[in-house]
Parts: sequence; C-alpha cells; structure tokens
Amino acid sequence: MSGAGHIVNPVITARTAPRNDSGWLVRLRAIYFPTPFQSFVTLLLGTALLLLLPRFLDWALLAAVWSPADPAACATPEAGACWAVVAEKHRVMFFGAFPYEQHWRAALASLLIILAFCVSAIPRFWSVHLAWLWAGTLAVALWLMLGGWVLVELSTSDWGGLPLTLILSAGTVSLGLPLALLLALGRNSDMKAFRLVCIGTIELFRGLPLLAVLFMASLILPLFLGEGVTIDKFVRALVGMVLFFGAYAAEIVRGGLQALSKGQYEGARSLGLSYWPMMIKVILPQALRIVVPALVNDIIRAFKNTSFVAVIGLFDFLGATKASLEDPLWIRYALEAYLFIVLIYFAFCWAMSRYALWIERRIDIDRRTPP
Amino acid sequence: MGKILNNKDVRSWIFQSLLVGGLALLAVTAFRNARQALEERGISTGFDFLDEPSGFALSESIIPFDPGASVAQAFLAGLANTVYVSLSAIVLATLLGVLIGLARMSRNRLLSAFAGLYVELFRNTPQLIQIIFWYTLIIMLPNIRNAFELGGGFYLSNRGLALSWLADPTAGTLSAIALGVGFVAALIVLCLPGRRRWRGKAIALCVALPLLLLAISVALFGISRPELTGFNFTGGAVVSPEFLALFLGLGCYIASFIAEIVRAGLTSVDKGQIEAASTLGLPAGKVLFSVKIPQALRVIVPVAAAQYISLVKNSSLGVAIGYPELFNVSNSLATLTGQAIECVAIMGVLYLLTAVAMSALANGFNKMTMITER
Repeated sequence: MSGAGHIVNPVITARTAPRNDSGWLVRLRAIYFPTPFQSFVTLLLGTALLLLLPRFLDWALLAAVWSPADPAACATPEAGACWAVVAEKHRVMFFGAFPYEQHWRAALASLLIILAFCVSAIPRFWSVHLAWLWAGTLAVALWLMLGGWVLVELSTSDWGGLPLTLILSAGTVSLGLPLALLLALGRNSDMKAFRLVCIGTIELFRGLPLLAVLFMASLILPLFLGEGVTIDKFVRALVGMVLFFGAYAAEIVRGGLQALSKGQYEGARSLGLSYWPMMIKVILPQALRIVVPALVNDIIRAFKNTSFVAVIGLFDFLGATKASLEDPLWIRYALEAYLFIVLIYFAFCWAMSRYALWIERRIDIDRRTPP
Repeated sequence: MGKILNNKDVRSWIFQSLLVGGLALLAVTAFRNARQALEERGISTGFDFLDEPSGFALSESIIPFDPGASVAQAFLAGLANTVYVSLSAIVLATLLGVLIGLARMSRNRLLSAFAGLYVELFRNTPQLIQIIFWYTLIIMLPNIRNAFELGGGFYLSNRGLALSWLADPTAGTLSAIALGVGFVAALIVLCLPGRRRWRGKAIALCVALPLLLLAISVALFGISRPELTGFNFTGGAVVSPEFLALFLGLGCYIASFIAEIVRAGLTSVDKGQIEAASTLGLPAGKVLFSVKIPQALRVIVPVAAAQYISLVKNSSLGVAIGYPELFNVSNSLATLTGQAIECVAIMGVLYLLTAVAMSALANGFNKMTMITER
C-alpha cells in the first residue's frame, strides 16, 4: 500500500479556462447565429440583401436618368429609374395649377405653415396663445394664396400640390381640434341633449369611411344649403376633413378627460370655479398634456388622409402628381414619380412619429417628477 | 328673475332647449332646401328606384350580377365585393402583421431591422398612394404572352394573377370560406381561457373538416390550370389587377399597424408571469399558449379590431383604381339615378352596420378571452 487511503488517485487534472466569451466574433455569433434556425434566417436575409441591394442601387442611382427632360433617354434598355420625370414635372407636382410666376407665394405659405407646426411642437409654447399663432399664420397664408392688397388675386381653384396638402392639413387640425374639444366636453356633459348630440356626431363620423364623408360634404352639403349659396370645392373638402378628424380626436380628448383623477374636478369646484373656468384653467391643460402623443398620431393620420381629396377632384400633392402624369410622354414613368412623392410624405410623417415618441417619453418624465 | 336664471336646472333646461331647437331648425331648413333643389332639377325622391333595373355593368362581382339586375342588387353586389376584398386583406394583414411583429422582436438584428424598415415605410406613407403604387406596378408588368410564371400554375401579368383553382368555382369558393372559418374558429378555441380538455380535439376538427371538404372537392371536380390560348388565359381563376392592388394596398398597410400592436401586446405581458409559469414547470409551448398569448390578446384584440374596421372603411379607396366595391358602386349609382341623397344614405347605413357588426364581434371575442375573476 502506498500513500494514504483518503487521497484520491489519480489526481484530477485542472480544467482548461472557460472559453473567452467576449470579442466581436462571439458577439456576432450571439446576435446573428445563436441557433440553427436563426442562422438560416440570417443567411436567407443576407443573401437576399446581397442579391437585391446592388440591383436596386443600380436601378435607383447608378443607371438612373436624372436630368435631360427627354423621355427618350429613359426609354433606352440600359436606363434605370427615370428621375427625369420628377425634374420635368416637379413644378406641377409641387404647385399644381398655381400660376408659375406666383409659385413663391405658395412656397412661402407652405413654409409658414411648417414653421407654425414646428413652433406648436415645442412644449414651452403650449398655451392658449397658440390659437393666436395659428390664426395669424393661417391669415397670412390665406392672403398669400388668395392675393388681394398688392398681390394678384387668385381663387382656391388655382391651388394645388404640396401647398394645398399643407393648408388642408393645417385647416383640418386647427379647426378640428376645437371641434374635438367641444364634442369631448359635450359627451361628458351632465346635460342629456348635449351628450346625445355629441355621441351621435362622433359615432356617425367615426363609423363612416372618410371618402364617404368627403363625398357627402361635396355632393349633399350644397343641396342642403339652398339656392344662391355656393360653397367652394376646397371648403367642402375641408368641412369633411374637419368633421372626420374632429370625431376621432374627440375620443382621444375624452380619454384624457377620463384619465384625470376625480380629485382634480372636485378640487376645482371647491375653489369656487364654475364649469368653463374649471375646464380651461384646471382640467383641459392636464388632460390635453396626457394625450399629446395620441393626438400627434391622429394628426399624422389626418396628414396622410388629405391625399383622399384627390378622389373627389382636388389637386393636392397626390392629385397634382396624378394630373402631371397624364402627359402621354411621361406616363410610363409614373412609378418613379409616385416613389418621389411617397418619399416626401414619408419625410413629414416619419418626423412627426419620431416627435410623438420623444414627447411621450418627455411627458412621462414630467409626470413622474413633480415640479 | 335673475335668481331663476341662476338656477342650475333652469339653465340646463334652457341650454338644452336651445340646442334641440337650433338643430331642428337647421334640419328643417336643410330638408326644405334639398327638396326645392331636387324639384328644380326634376329628380324624384324616395326609395322606389331600388327596384328599377340599374342598367349598369360591374367589371367584376363576387356574386352573380348582370346589367338587368335592380339597383338594390347592384348595392348588394358592391357590398359583397367590399366584404370579399376586406376579408382577404384582413387575412393578409393578420398573417403578415403577426410575422413582422414577431420578427421585429427577434434578437436577430438583421431580421428586426428588416421588420422595422417595413413598419416605418408602410405606416408613414398615405394608403391611397400605396394602392395607386401597387396598381401602377401591376399594370406595368409584362403582357399576358410574357407573363411571369411563378410556378404551381401561377402567372403574373398586367392582367392580374392567373392561378390554378378548382374546376368548379362554387366548390372552390365554399372550400376557401370553410378554410377561413375553420382557421378563425381554431384561433378562437386556442385563445379561450381556462383548462379545457377538448381544446386539442376541437382545434384539430376545425382544421381537418375544411381540409376534408377541400380534398373531396378536388377529388370530385379536379383542378383546372390556367393555360394561354390566344390573348387570354382559359381555365383556372384570374384575380384582376384592381382586386390585387386593393388587396395588397389594404393588407400591407394595415399589417404594419398590426405588427406594432402585436409587439406592444406581447411586451405588455408582465415578465413575472412568464417566470412564474416556467417556475411551475410548464413547458415552453404551454407558457406561450396558456400564459403569454391569452394575456397579450387582451391588449391586442380591441386595438386590432379598430384597425380591421378602418381597413373595411378604407376599402372605399377602391374607387381610385376602379374596383367595384360599395363606395364605387353607390357613387356610380348616384350619378346614374341622380338620387344622390338616397344613395349616400344607403351606403352610409351599410358601412355603419358593417362597423357596428365588427365591433360587436370584437367585444364578444374580448369577453370570451377575459379573465373570469373570482
């Protein structure tokens, strides 16, 4: 016998150090190839990307025809995307039938409206004064678009393109929000008649397709107005847009009103405030603050939905583009023109949706850290 | 006098009377104006025109329709087309939306980036442009003689999609409907809360019965493949470019919203629930189907239902590309008969009824999947 019985023999050899689990290769594996299925998906998508992306880039950029305003250049077999259609038609796409020498007015009006949207987006400026900002902006924009007083007079039937889309959106939001407030307050009112009328209005316009509402506004409204009263095509579309937007936004505002604790109402009442001061000074500022992200999403939808007016014969950005493509020389390159305006719509909507996410986080922080 | 006016009940009564009176006055004026305008144009009023022949042809109709049929039947055909295209698009939106929602949550960054790109792109562009874009794309495809063969008897050309279909179209439609109903029923059974021993069998039955019906139909009638003869396909079935564009436009757009809703629903389930279920020793599948999905559905269903209703309403955009759905048909009928008010009223009521029926369905489903609390 050699050695003591309690010593295990043979001695266990030391294990090797665990594999190094850091470094880019390991991380890459963990992200893209953790399981066979995931590896398969990665390979599949990667192959598709490698095959399609160069082709797409070649079509969209390298082989694309950019400038010469000659459709024949696009018709050659090796030509890619025909962006020349945008170069050729961009004035019509952006401004519709607006007189060429007056385009600067429409561009300036559009810029003002975008600026007003940007200013309204900053939380520091949220107050009743925004109403004045919008009234002023819209007044100046209308003056620029309609003329009179040093400017050449134009009518709404001259309007078209992106300025029409922007004015329609601005009008929809700035008239639709007050309507939404009234409808939401009416729906929560103690007075039964107001409640019923508001519920009826909200549910009617939420249940109908926007196209049907626009159609009603453009076809039925003139019948109801009676003789001698003619109402502008643009205004009819605006009425439809406002009613539709107002009904949807009213439900969002109602959500905000319900989210407030009962103590806010009771507190305001016990201070001796009557209905309107209570609403304006205590309830609405808080309720609206909560629903800003949801309202922004609704505004994005309203902006996208302005394109529906192209169906009822208005030449908004989409309508003007469609009209510009009726030129038989360029009709074959409609796809490129649509891609171009899709990009512009996307830029607007994407910016707004990013803003909605940002403001949602910010409001959340504000609510958690009382001043 | 001042005291009476300050009384809350009196004031409320006065305001309400003013509102009702004002609205009544508005309604009466509008009605009189409309009647006068219609009389001047020599347009009759009332709903008698519904029985008259429409003298109006539809480019396609899912239910049989000929120009001799009445105006009422034209409305019905439009409604049927709306239901048809909406249901197809809802199926597409659901499948695509769930897939993309799951893909977006994937740890695989390539996959989630793809899904994210899809969602951002389709959510942030107008639906009408998407529909027009699809339509333009389809009618720019090669003509029928140079149609893309997709395999399995599918041909894509500027005249739409030609596909193999049951030789007897009615049997084909019925099988398709049965498959759809069975799939939805299976989904509902899957989501029912509580322990039910018959769950597995019921799901199997929901899937097997329609499949059996399909197999019998195939055995009885056989399958007809599209074949190019002259300038057109004969045999099989053809999906028109208008339907295809509307189907893709509605489905792909709403899919991007469904994807976000699915993602939000699944992430809303408390992590503790999953951990507790795993701790109890439930297998992964059971954790997913009995714990995670039922709770997520409570968040998903109401929001998704609103999206589906919006899909049905926006199928009215078919008018922009000439698909004969309800809005398009009533629009044409309004011009044709001159009775715009009646046509708009019928269309409005039909859309409202559809929306109400869908939200009732969603509410019912929601009640079924709700936790029954003690």
